[in-house]
Amino acid sequence: MSDFLLSVRDLKKYFPGPRQGIFGKHATLKAVDGVSFDLARGEVLSLVGESGSGKSTVGRTVLRLDKPTGGSIRFDGQELAGLDDRGLRPFRRRMQLVFQDPYSSLNPKMRVEDIVGAPLEIHEPSLSRDARRQKVEEILGLVGLLPSHAERYPHQFSGGQRQRLGIARALITHPELVVADEPVSALDVSVQAQVVTLMLALRRQLGLTILFISHDLAVVGYLSDRVAVMYLGRLVELAPTRALFTSPRHPYTEALLSAMPVPDPDAPRRRITLAGDMPSPLDPPSGCAFRSRCGYAQPACAVTRPELREMAPGHFKACLRDDLALVAPSMGAAA
Amino acid sequence: MEADTVLEVRNFSVSFGILPAVRDVSFSLKPGETLALVGESGSGKSVTSLGILKLTPPAPFCRIEGQALLRTRKGDVVDLVTASADAMRGLRGREAAMIFQEPMTSLNPVHPVGAQVGEALRFHQGLSKRAALAQAAELLDLVGIPDARRRLGAFPHELSGGMRQRVMIALALACEPVLLIADEPTTALDVTIQAQILELLQRLQQRTKMGVLFITHNLGVVAEIADRVMVMYAGRVVEQAPVRRLFHAPLMPYTRGLLRSVPRPDFSGAEQPPLEAIPGSVPDPLAPPPGCSFSPRCGHFAPGLCDSVSPPLSVAEPDHLVRCARWADVAGAA
Amino acid sequence: MSTTASTPPAGAAAQVIRPRGPGAFRRFSRHRLAALSLVLILSLTLACIIVPPLLPFSDTEIDIMQRFASPFTGPHLLGTDPLGRDTLARLLMAGRISLSVGFSAMAISMVIGIAVGLYAGFYGGRIGAILMRFVDAMLCFPSIFLLLAISAFLQPSVGSIIMLIAATSWMEVARLVEAQIRALRARDFAVAARAIGASDRRVMFRELLPNAVAPIVVAATLNVAHAILAESYISFLGYGIQPPTPSWGNMLENAQSYLTSAPWLAIIPGAAITLAVTGFNFIGDGLRDALDPRQEAR
Repeated sequence: MSDFLLSVRDLKKYFPGPRQGIFGKHATLKAVDGVSFDLARGEVLSLVGESGSGKSTVGRTVLRLDKPTGGSIRFDGQELAGLDDRGLRPFRRRMQLVFQDPYSSLNPKMRVEDIVGAPLEIHEPSLSRDARRQKVEEILGLVGLLPSHAERYPHQFSGGQRQRLGIARALITHPELVVADEPVSALDVSVQAQVVTLMLALRRQLGLTILFISHDLAVVGYLSDRVAVMYLGRLVELAPTRALFTSPRHPYTEALLSAMPVPDPDAPRRRITLAGDMPSPLDPPSGCAFRSRCGYAQPACAVTRPELREMAPGHFKACLRDDLALVAPSMGAAA
Repeated sequence: MEADTVLEVRNFSVSFGILPAVRDVSFSLKPGETLALVGESGSGKSVTSLGILKLTPPAPFCRIEGQALLRTRKGDVVDLVTASADAMRGLRGREAAMIFQEPMTSLNPVHPVGAQVGEALRFHQGLSKRAALAQAAELLDLVGIPDARRRLGAFPHELSGGMRQRVMIALALACEPVLLIADEPTTALDVTIQAQILELLQRLQQRTKMGVLFITHNLGVVAEIADRVMVMYAGRVVEQAPVRRLFHAPLMPYTRGLLRSVPRPDFSGAEQPPLEAIPGSVPDPLAPPPGCSFSPRCGHFAPGLCDSVSPPLSVAEPDHLVRCARWADVAGAA
Repeated sequence: MSTTASTPPAGAAAQVIRPRGPGAFRRFSRHRLAALSLVLILSLTLACIIVPPLLPFSDTEIDIMQRFASPFTGPHLLGTDPLGRDTLARLLMAGRISLSVGFSAMAISMVIGIAVGLYAGFYGGRIGAILMRFVDAMLCFPSIFLLLAISAFLQPSVGSIIMLIAATSWMEVARLVEAQIRALRARDFAVAARAIGASDRRVMFRELLPNAVAPIVVAATLNVAHAILAESYISFLGYGIQPPTPSWGNMLENAQSYLTSAPWLAIIPGAAITLAVTGFNFIGDGLRDALDPRQEAR
């Protein structure tokens, strides 16, 4: 048994982009372009980035819902990258996905009992109907729902309850790895706090390893052990949460942190406003992909593509400039 | 209506059939002021904003009651609730404009953005086609669209989400309205783009002195842009206060719960402080709980008091209103 | 929660019981024409099954003395044909044939259409594309000519007519199912099913297909109407159900020569066809409205 539950090396996922001209070749959309990280057992690693950064694609490729274009995905020491559906089946119960949209992720025509119990039906077909029902009721209790909810249909639940159902389905086979893809972004603030608290409690109780994908830095800072920041398909910074929030080393991280709205009218605001939008992943800038929006860019940034380097123990960044003194924003006083 | 007020809403209610979506909302807005309307889904915040501009479905399906007095640029006072459909068409855009969460649905996909902004200018200001296009380019430049003159010919789908929202803002500001209603304008955007748009809105507001009614569920955004805040829950205003007061001395237990449920990473200690979530969920609008609609989720619930009568809005301070039967006790307990 | 008796809480008045449960049936029955059509089709079907053995005349019984009897005049309620056979008995027996052709052709075309659509929509790719182009090609032929062309080479029988009609009416269903499945398989719940290791078959039949039932049911209803009409065409043109087996189509054909002298011979089966076809069409309309969840608010 290795120390790391999940080791991802140089993961690449390319999609065919639009065709260039009628008879031209498809452009290549490099959604994920060389991402490496390890996930220790029991750890929560957050993957942060804006839309189009490729963070969700990493999550889905790691779970092998998409076939990687290149690189290696080792789960508990075993390589997943080359396996087909049949080869993957034994791993499915050990790694699960929680979705962002609590509405489209539950089949509207199925009862909760069948939705939440489906993984058991597939992985433990010998289980009797009653035994399965009992396990469903147990897991519903674990996520804060009632046993009687097993009879209902998804539309009879609120958004927060639906997200609990999604978590229940993910946990019923006792997976070791859970990929949570923006699990709270679609929820109201007060409900979001319920689900975050639930996930933290379940992690402690069940010893889950979580890859938490989010664009919400406040939630990420709150619940993760380490944070990886993605920009245009690549990691630009990877660090323990505290280090990332208190002494960011990459200009993009600095800008992200400064753009985070702080719920305190008196919080000092020193905002680094990034110019423009994220460039198209079909045509990323040469050298450092962030240079087109970076306030610290130099001519060298257009030439050399920076690799992730370890700047302090466990703190990696992909930026050529080591002479920057970047600032961490205030998080505002707790109420 | 006081002289320095752009919009005064009195006892405003909106209902869809037997379903009351907004009940008895009153507030006023001064020129250059930003009033944030905060609430979760189903609180009635968006219906309030749509109802003020009468963008809700027509009469038999949706009933609007109360008053919404708008002071036009010329100084006339118009009640939007009783205004005719024709009058509303003239007022929307010229005096009161609105921007939405998803700009793609509010922009016409088959016309270039320049033509759409120009069209608004021609309709409301009677400009010639040429003059309108020239002014459209100026406006797009003003909202921070790089190379605005060239972008006039761009179609909405060719622009990014942030750029589309800028076009929407340009469209809304085409006739320098006195009132801008912004319904979750940054919710669909990434944080770095959200920061850009908020900054843009603040800059434009300083320039035009328009009153802004900003609808959002994001308390971080509220803290950044609002002068005053109104919190809605289950169709009613439950608290209204200047932004500092609301964040530092909230009185309504719901507001307190909302503020506490926002995660604020704190790296001073070894562990993060626990998040305090509000238990339960928003009540079913067709079967509201008796008494105070927040009572089933409230930590200060007093049997016999909170579940019998719906509390009125109490004046805690001249500019601080709260709808809670126990606000004095709650304030003392904290 | 207890409420004090003195002040009736404002909320209590608004405690309206929300209509829940099978709203589809309620919405269907509110669609008056559809409900009426359903009653009509059901009684027509029942009549075809139950009534013939109870009649005093069988459909093949030739009564030379009673040729061309007018309706409502003698012992023959709806009159007789040139051979003196009872029109009512023949109409009902023909109904058995025509309706079973309609239902069977529908069932077969649904099976083919769903299978093709499901496969093409779920797997897509080259085979899916080839299948759908084949569907498009089939749709290019006006189906009535296709029907006539093929039936000219075939030995007409009830079975072959059913197969023929089914073979020319599954394409719309395939297209519909393909589009539905393609849209549904991109939804998160389908991804979720794959993430738990569900087999393709399970994803198709347990997760996706039940979500496409509403449009399929509507298409099936309209398909029955189409099949009844198609059977009438080809039988009327003489390529379909062959006498002495009666069908609504060949009853019409027989009536051609006597249009002026015995118009009821054409009017009666014509009315049956019209009623059945419009009935199924109205039921389809009603189902479309009833099964559309967006109508829930009404």
